[in-house]
Amino acid sequence: MVAAVATPPVLNDVSQDRARWKYLDNILTRRGPFTDEQCNPGPDLIETLSKAKVLVIGAGGLGCEILKNLALSGFKDIHVIDMDTIDVSNLNRQFLFRAADVGKPKASVAAAFVERRVKGVSITSHCGKIQDMDEEYYKQFQVVICGLDSIEARRWINATLVGMVDMDDPDSLKPMVDGGTEGFKGQARVIFPSMTSCFECQLDMHAPRAAVPLCTLATIPRQPQHCIEWAHIIAWEAERKEDILDTDDPAHITWLYEKANARAAEFGIAGVTYSMTQGVVKNIIPAIASTNAIIAAACCNEAFKIVTNGIASYMGLENNYMMYTGDGDSGVYTYTFLHEKKDDCPVCGNLARNMEINSELTLEEFIEGLAERPEAQLKKPTIRTEEKSLYYQAPPALEEQTRPNLKRKIKELLEDGEEIAVSDPAFQIDFKFKMVFSS
Amino acid sequence: MMKIWSMKQKQQQAEAATAGTKKKKVTAAQLRVQKDLSELSLGSTMRTTFPNPDDILNFTLTIEPDEGMYRGGSFHFSFVINQNFPHDPPKVKCTQKIYHPNIDLEGNVCLNILREDWKPVLNLNAVIVGLQFLFLEPNASDPLNKEAAEDLKTNREGFKRNVRSSMGGGNVKSQTYDRVLK
Repeated sequence: MVAAVATPPVLNDVSQDRARWKYLDNILTRRGPFTDEQCNPGPDLIETLSKAKVLVIGAGGLGCEILKNLALSGFKDIHVIDMDTIDVSNLNRQFLFRAADVGKPKASVAAAFVERRVKGVSITSHCGKIQDMDEEYYKQFQVVICGLDSIEARRWINATLVGMVDMDDPDSLKPMVDGGTEGFKGQARVIFPSMTSCFECQLDMHAPRAAVPLCTLATIPRQPQHCIEWAHIIAWEAERKEDILDTDDPAHITWLYEKANARAAEFGIAGVTYSMTQGVVKNIIPAIASTNAIIAAACCNEAFKIVTNGIASYMGLENNYMMYTGDGDSGVYTYTFLHEKKDDCPVCGNLARNMEINSELTLEEFIEGLAERPEAQLKKPTIRTEEKSLYYQAPPALEEQTRPNLKRKIKELLEDGEEIAVSDPAFQIDFKFKMVFSS
Repeated sequence: MMKIWSMKQKQQQAEAATAGTKKKKVTAAQLRVQKDLSELSLGSTMRTTFPNPDDILNFTLTIEPDEGMYRGGSFHFSFVINQNFPHDPPKVKCTQKIYHPNIDLEGNVCLNILREDWKPVLNLNAVIVGLQFLFLEPNASDPLNKEAAEDLKTNREGFKRNVRSSMGGGNVKSQTYDRVLK
């Protein structure tokens, strides 16, 4: 290490203000052993990276790390979306927030902080739900990086990105880099929608939340957590049915805490505290800052490699799932593997195919035709759209309620281009068709 | 990125092309419920009711046991399924106030696969079979209604009498139950 350099050497094609990015530029301007054939290191690549528009979903524990990492990796056009506001309990690890920020939206505070610290980076924040944005919005980005804490939100964005893929438009394929952490464990994965195994294919990698039998809660609690769950599930319902439980309302948590405490006393159980009550009711798994840092770093590396067109080989096509565990018992360990695409995945296993149809036909005639159409060959189809149940073969009540639709014309039931989902007991998988009216 | 796209195009050549306008798509939860509904075996003792046939995520199941202590009753359960199904189990509640060791007065049901043992590979049929079983074999060792469980354990004949009177809308130990006879 040289202690001091009087004048830093200035490279021909890299101007003085790139000094901060010296090491990054070393990577971006040289070919390495893992550089893809189609990647062209050099000044153009630096520009590609700084012009890439990327979306970060979530500005929480992972999101703060991701935003910081991207900004320090040469990304200059970053967008972030988050619906939450800052809570005092976030401050220990969500380092872009300060005590004075409590109550403010995460996305805008995080964006402002990073913009202040890394000059030249633009971060556009959006405070709201991902579900409120349409395909046009998601279409503007080159890559989507998720630092989410909910399976529901991940399923939604995954299905949206898969559904956006349009063969006539290369721009419609949005790589998704997803990070997730839970305590000392975490995972980072790369999804090329419709090409590689999607979030829905991988749904069974998430163990459902451990629950205690209801009867244990109701009769023989053994742990302080049982008393809290009892207050949460049974006592609230019995005594305050008309109030909707707001787990962010201190008065509600206090009520549950007092109930749980009384029950614990009754059974001679010690250890119910206010913060434990909050933790159990909100299903808080203590977040570990180092896990977030490791997973976010992996996600940002992948985004960097994808956007640079393969300056080093990225995950996704061969290995696409990296799991990490840093828990004391099993040591620090990572394992990266290929999670295969599922043929019967309800999201990416069977993308909607076009089906031309005469909209003057009745639903019944259409169903009869399905049995003969070579692309379907369905004998007992059940059909719905997102909005409507068109015809159900079973159960009997639903069959009866949807039977009148059989006599109605397709054009009364559907819009041109609408998607239908068809299930048939003879097939394991469901079929999706985009109905294109021929007349 | 262009490399990815050219690979995608190759992959696509073998398949049919997709195009067209974008409309709301059937959700993964809807698809799964649709599949589960088509595989329900309700038999003669059960039926479903859909208040809104377009909404298959919310319905009522009626069980009318033809044997056992609860014979002659008509029991209603509401099924509320969220978009996280099958990751999350369906939320099932009895909509009547009934005297049963595994169902409390609010309608909560103690059935392992509705909570701690739920797995996404289970389907709605597994749940309705489980519910049906609760009426054939009420289980005193997993009580939600402690008094009912105690009665079942200590005095089976007395429990049977209590079941009969509760189903008729009568009182059992100062609690008035809903009339559930057919």
